Amino acid sequence: MAVITDIGLDVARIPAKPIGRGYWFGVGRRLLGDPVAIAAAVVILAIVLAAIFAPWIAPADPYRASMLRRLRPVGDALYPLGSDELGRDMLSRLIYGGRLSLLMGLLPVVFAFIAGSAIGIVAGFVGGRINTAIMRTVDVFFAFPSVLLAIALSGALGAGILNAIVSLTVVFTPQVTRIAESVTTQIRTRDYVEAARVSGAGPFAIIRVHVLGNVLGPIFVYATSLISVSMILASGLSFLGLGSKPPEPEWGLMLNTLRTAIYVQPVVAALAGAMIFITSISFNLLSDGLRSAMEVK
Amino acid sequence: MMEGSRHGILTCDRGGPAQPLLSVRDLTRHFGGRRAWIGAKVGERRGAVRAVDGVSFDVAKGETLGIVGESGCGKSTLARLITQIIAADAGEVIFDGEAVGTSALDLSAYRREVQMVFQDSYASLNPRLTVEETVAFGPRVHGLARRDAIDRAHDLISRVGLDPTRFAARYPHELSGGQRQRVNIARALALQPRLLILDEAVSALDKSIEAQVLNLLVDLKDEFGLTYMFISHDLNVVRFMSDRVMVMYLGKVAELGAADVILANPRHPYTMALLASMPSMDPDRRTTEAPLSGDPPNPIDPPSGCRFHTRCKFATPVCAQTAPALAEVGPAHRAACLMAAPGSAHPQAPPGAAVAA
Repeated sequence: MAVITDIGLDVARIPAKPIGRGYWFGVGRRLLGDPVAIAAAVVILAIVLAAIFAPWIAPADPYRASMLRRLRPVGDALYPLGSDELGRDMLSRLIYGGRLSLLMGLLPVVFAFIAGSAIGIVAGFVGGRINTAIMRTVDVFFAFPSVLLAIALSGALGAGILNAIVSLTVVFTPQVTRIAESVTTQIRTRDYVEAARVSGAGPFAIIRVHVLGNVLGPIFVYATSLISVSMILASGLSFLGLGSKPPEPEWGLMLNTLRTAIYVQPVVAALAGAMIFITSISFNLLSDGLRSAMEVK
Repeated sequence: MMEGSRHGILTCDRGGPAQPLLSVRDLTRHFGGRRAWIGAKVGERRGAVRAVDGVSFDVAKGETLGIVGESGCGKSTLARLITQIIAADAGEVIFDGEAVGTSALDLSAYRREVQMVFQDSYASLNPRLTVEETVAFGPRVHGLARRDAIDRAHDLISRVGLDPTRFAARYPHELSGGQRQRVNIARALALQPRLLILDEAVSALDKSIEAQVLNLLVDLKDEFGLTYMFISHDLNVVRFMSDRVMVMYLGKVAELGAADVILANPRHPYTMALLASMPSMDPDRRTTEAPLSGDPPNPIDPPSGCRFHTRCKFATPVCAQTAPALAEVGPAHRAACLMAAPGSAHPQAPPGAAVAA
């Protein structure tokens, strides 16, 4: 039976099935159609799984040193990726090193995402003087280059993984806050937020139902682009002796301790740097893929 | 007042049918305005935009009040003031005899009674919520259980002419403009309001769909016993919908009266110009010259006296000096023009005692 709707279409011909699938369904489908993003995701997944299951995957004990077999080249019979300046197996140390490096790359971003979103959404939604007060405070942090700020905070707090994570969180929170505030300010004046106000909804109900769903996506994409920066900064802190301490396997620290061997075994000395590079560029590519998958209305 | 069309049972009617549902008294809202800090006028208060400037009117129970005027005349600001989205600088809104914002009628209770439909059907729907979630949101914040709110949403979706089994789970981008505006109407009705403000609600729709939505609005008004404030710049639509019409110019009321009277026999030159600007169906009665030229004056610094005198073809020097008050020009028909005020200095004014302007 032909039922004509107000768009002049026979409704019987409109397919009923693909309807009612949400925005995130479309984002997921577009992401799966992006080969670069898929490749980046596979690399990240492999590194994460290797780090989690390191004790089962690593061929040797990452802490066992051998004074006789120091700085072996890549492809050595005993050491597939060579050995470091204390004769420890590089492959095992790189696998174990992913644990701390990923942790120090991800945790500050997670904390900054939570704190920055909360502060930014409140500032953007409330507006007025409170917004000005919060955003001018945030601007103070932008006066310092983030590397300098991270080093200064870590130096003041003292060396250690926990302190490095705290200082990196402080570095990233203002950046997330600024994005959250600008996205929320755009949403706040939309008609559907006004309609929600007219229906008598309080600020918390409006934020929960109407703001979060439209704001968290863009903030999340921005946060994923910070993961690579966080990993590099964390490695830098470790390199400077402000993050993890020897003999912990951590990519930044390994880069530091092997730098004296750069003329003896250049390939081995660069391996940790290569891991940082591969991981951070994978996170960046995945973030880019996510951004373009979310841009379509 | 005008005998409006009354329908159905009015819920929680306090003041009886003679009590206006909504009374607006001297409502004023100016935007911006800052002290100059540079130039010759340092420290002087720069003018604010006088979006709504001392507007008073009543809306009777069960009637449709059409509000017309050019872009920027304050129609939408007026709607946002009445729905309390923005706060008024001065004046009061009285709903069924109770001043809004007092202990007798707090904001939460008032908001159940007055709802609004916006012009942009896409921007007024949250793109992340399905149709049923959007319609059920209002009842949910007023404490209705989820299941009941969804049931009410489905009921309303079918009342506005959409099939719930087909549309309830859709997202706004899966709907046409007309369908989205139907959802907006369902959302506005979900709190069972008594007054519905339609702010250019059909202006963005195609003509054929516009007609369908207008007919739907007429049906819903009967079914739910609603009162409408119908804001539009389209005089044909206002003529079709309204019992009474209020013409606004630069934040002030120019003319107010029964729709058939105002549209047949306007007394304010601005209303006359608006009517003359409507294209005629009769080719022999084509308008050859523009009835109104130029843009409205800047509302930051409105003209002295009558605000319309800069564009009025009947203007005399006195119009630049005296601001006309709304004067009775017929039964329930008032116009803010010196030509209508008895005893004013305007040569075409009716004779009589001068009234305080």
